[in-house]
Amino acid sequence: MASMEALARLMRELEDQLIVCMRCGMCQSVCPVFDQTGREADVARGKLALLSGLMEQMFDDPEGVYERLSRCLLCGSCSANCPSGVKVQEIFLKARAILSGYMGLPPAKRLILRGMLARPALFDRLTEWGARFQTIFTRPVNDIIGTSCARVMSPLLEGRHFRTLAKVPFHRQVPGMDRPAGKSGLKVALFTGCLIDKMFPNIAHSTLRVLEHLGVGLFLPENQGCCGIPALSSGDLDTFGKLLGHNLARFAESDFDVLVTACATCTSTIHEIWPTMAEERHREAAKRLAEKTMDINQFLVNKVGLKPPAGRAGSKHVVTYHDPCHLKKALKVFDEPRAVIQAAPGYQLKEMAQPDWCCGMGGSFNLQYYDISKGIGEKKAAQIMATGADTLATGCPACMIQISDMLSRAGAGIAVRHPIELLAEGLDEHST
Amino acid sequence: MLNDSIIQEFKRIVGEQNAWNDATDLHTYSYDAAVVDPVQPGLIVRPTTIETLGQTVRLCNANGLPLTVRGAGTNLSGGTVPLPDGIVIVTNGMKSILEINEADMYAVVQPGVVTAQLAAAVEAKGLFYPPDPGSQAVSTIGGNVAENAGGLRGLKYGVTRDYVMGVSFFDVDGNLVKSGSRTVKCATGYNLTGLMVGSEGTLGVFAEIILKLIPLPAHRKAMMAVFESMEKASETVAAIIANRIVPATLEFLDNFTIRAVEDFSKAGLPTDAAAMLLVELDGHAAQVEEDASRVEALCKSMGASSIRVAQDAAERDRVWAARRAALSALAQLKPTLVLEDATVPRSRIPAMVAAIQTIAKRYDLTIGTFGHAGDGNLHPTILTDKRDTAEWERVERAIDDIFDEALKMGGTLSGEHGTGLAKSRYLEKETSAGTILFSSRLKRALDPKNILNPGKIFSAKV
Repeated sequence: MASMEALARLMRELEDQLIVCMRCGMCQSVCPVFDQTGREADVARGKLALLSGLMEQMFDDPEGVYERLSRCLLCGSCSANCPSGVKVQEIFLKARAILSGYMGLPPAKRLILRGMLARPALFDRLTEWGARFQTIFTRPVNDIIGTSCARVMSPLLEGRHFRTLAKVPFHRQVPGMDRPAGKSGLKVALFTGCLIDKMFPNIAHSTLRVLEHLGVGLFLPENQGCCGIPALSSGDLDTFGKLLGHNLARFAESDFDVLVTACATCTSTIHEIWPTMAEERHREAAKRLAEKTMDINQFLVNKVGLKPPAGRAGSKHVVTYHDPCHLKKALKVFDEPRAVIQAAPGYQLKEMAQPDWCCGMGGSFNLQYYDISKGIGEKKAAQIMATGADTLATGCPACMIQISDMLSRAGAGIAVRHPIELLAEGLDEHST
Repeated sequence: MLNDSIIQEFKRIVGEQNAWNDATDLHTYSYDAAVVDPVQPGLIVRPTTIETLGQTVRLCNANGLPLTVRGAGTNLSGGTVPLPDGIVIVTNGMKSILEINEADMYAVVQPGVVTAQLAAAVEAKGLFYPPDPGSQAVSTIGGNVAENAGGLRGLKYGVTRDYVMGVSFFDVDGNLVKSGSRTVKCATGYNLTGLMVGSEGTLGVFAEIILKLIPLPAHRKAMMAVFESMEKASETVAAIIANRIVPATLEFLDNFTIRAVEDFSKAGLPTDAAAMLLVELDGHAAQVEEDASRVEALCKSMGASSIRVAQDAAERDRVWAARRAALSALAQLKPTLVLEDATVPRSRIPAMVAAIQTIAKRYDLTIGTFGHAGDGNLHPTILTDKRDTAEWERVERAIDDIFDEALKMGGTLSGEHGTGLAKSRYLEKETSAGTILFSSRLKRALDPKNILNPGKIFSAKV
């Protein structure tokens, strides 16, 4: 391991961003992790103080700081609420990269990120094998939500109620497509995203269905890679760089007006993080692509002009909407998904308390700190159930996994859907 | 001295999961929101019951370990910065609202209750807890009482002190002391409640607090008036009061702050205005409407260049958005922000604002001033970069001068942030040698080993 001075020198790259925090502590009011633990090192102010401490060599515990930094959902609630405008996620991602570069990635993360995620084709094959064997080890527990749990107690799964891998991933069903603009005069490229591809292919099918109905052209490149956020979250800049290069090349193969995704996390990663974290040679291309990236709801409402149907049929379903952090806090997208739900025939929207409080998923956070994640998720589930809705809609497949787990464990009969699925379902009913 | 066996004793009292001494934990309890040097404590403990809180205090005293109580750590005078190797007692393990009594209009709370959460809980019952310090979204009632926190509603509703009906607290030996009561009147014993409010953790550790509640005002109305000179704005404040109108809030922003807010939020504020007043009236609807039109007429006759009266909740929000944005807008300009709270009799506000401008020029510093015009509590906000040591020296001299000016005008060093570490060396200037001696004797009698947040308010002469 290099010396503390070397680490302090690396940390100095962050100095101008770190100094912006004035330690006012307002982040305590919005941090979902701090809400559970009440421990200063779990809130942004504490973590920023730790990074400043390392930089000024006030103490010597980089492992401890890395561990503390990992106890963060990267939900961005703190930066969205920060009086001083501290770019918290950007600082944390850079700091994780510096610290993991300094100490080395833990072996398990190295295997998953570099051995699998960095190689999109291999990652696809492995998850397909997983999908074939999963029924041997798991059993369905909630038909409405579609969750399963382990057949025998497993320390790895800790009693989770999880959404299973799709039998056939989306990219097998629709490998690629390049269709010109129709009556809308618009053409989009679709970034599918790992979770939609492998767990929620119906979201991608629904997106295709809606885009076709509205006369929007579509470019769907083959062999898409992960957006890279799991790698970046662990501080693995190498894998992130590989995935970024891979994806930029895929999307350079055709023309389109807007890059859309139906995954809040992919959208915010491409829009916010690709340009800031890209290495020099990719920066310009990443910036250009980021500028034309939109969430699917945002695209439908703001570009295509989707409106609620004029003569509304009676509402069969009550739906409540959870704001994914990566849409509301990162991209300020919150009206548009609600407008999409209003446009779906048969659904009536009822707001829950604190719809923009994080669900507690945070990607690998859920794997590493399931107890905290579960505590946050249980609060969300209770607020969802209090609305009496029969459907929960949200614009992020990661939130869908977490909320499915929490609702299923609570024994709730509430379906977990993406707004685009509700909209597509209306089209299907209409056309048949 | 803190050693392993004492740490084990603390762990036995509060539980393993509520006593932390990792390097990372210790570092994150070394600061608060004040611009003072951090100090690393030796152990963090989080009692979750009144009994274990008392035992924790007793164990600290038995071993002569300095003890600092911390709520949300939003203190702006360094009052929650611990002592080297000292104990930090975190109060967020005790955050229950124990009772909200609608018939007798009081609430009983544990010290870790968050101010805004209490305010929301009592509001849901049609009652009102008025003190609203800027940090209320995170600050705790324990901290508010220990610092005698203020807020925007001081003029009409007073400050935290005016709502504390009683406290129970542990003395340095861990004996439970009770004072005050659930009744409006209470004439028994010393007024220990009065002594404890604003004592900054130097005399005892709060266990429970009884707070006065009042009926929630039925109606609110906000307006914004723009002035070409500071004097006109200030004369308007004086005229409003002279006409026996008492607004719930009466805030002002100076030209520098107005420009910063406009750059930050593009709200369409007049960047050439010398000052802006934000007024909110509350109470019975008819009275509020009548007072609002009188205030509007006064602003006009005093030469306001424009007036905007909020017609609905959305407009009211827009009026207050400008004030809420003030600190953020200033904070984004420079890395370090020093938020002072020197307070003068309200009639001296124009003189104080002029003096601050002179001081800014004298030391070549950027100072934005906004604050509570209604109660004379200004927030001269110095924007700097602590890494620039030459400028930092000038900042310190400017602070000295601001205090001198405030005292000369019959004011005080601190309207609402407390003395803490940041202002302790100036306290004698505001009071007298006798005051420091009296306070020292009191402190020595109640805390012979000087372990209760030592060094805050004044350096006790033990």
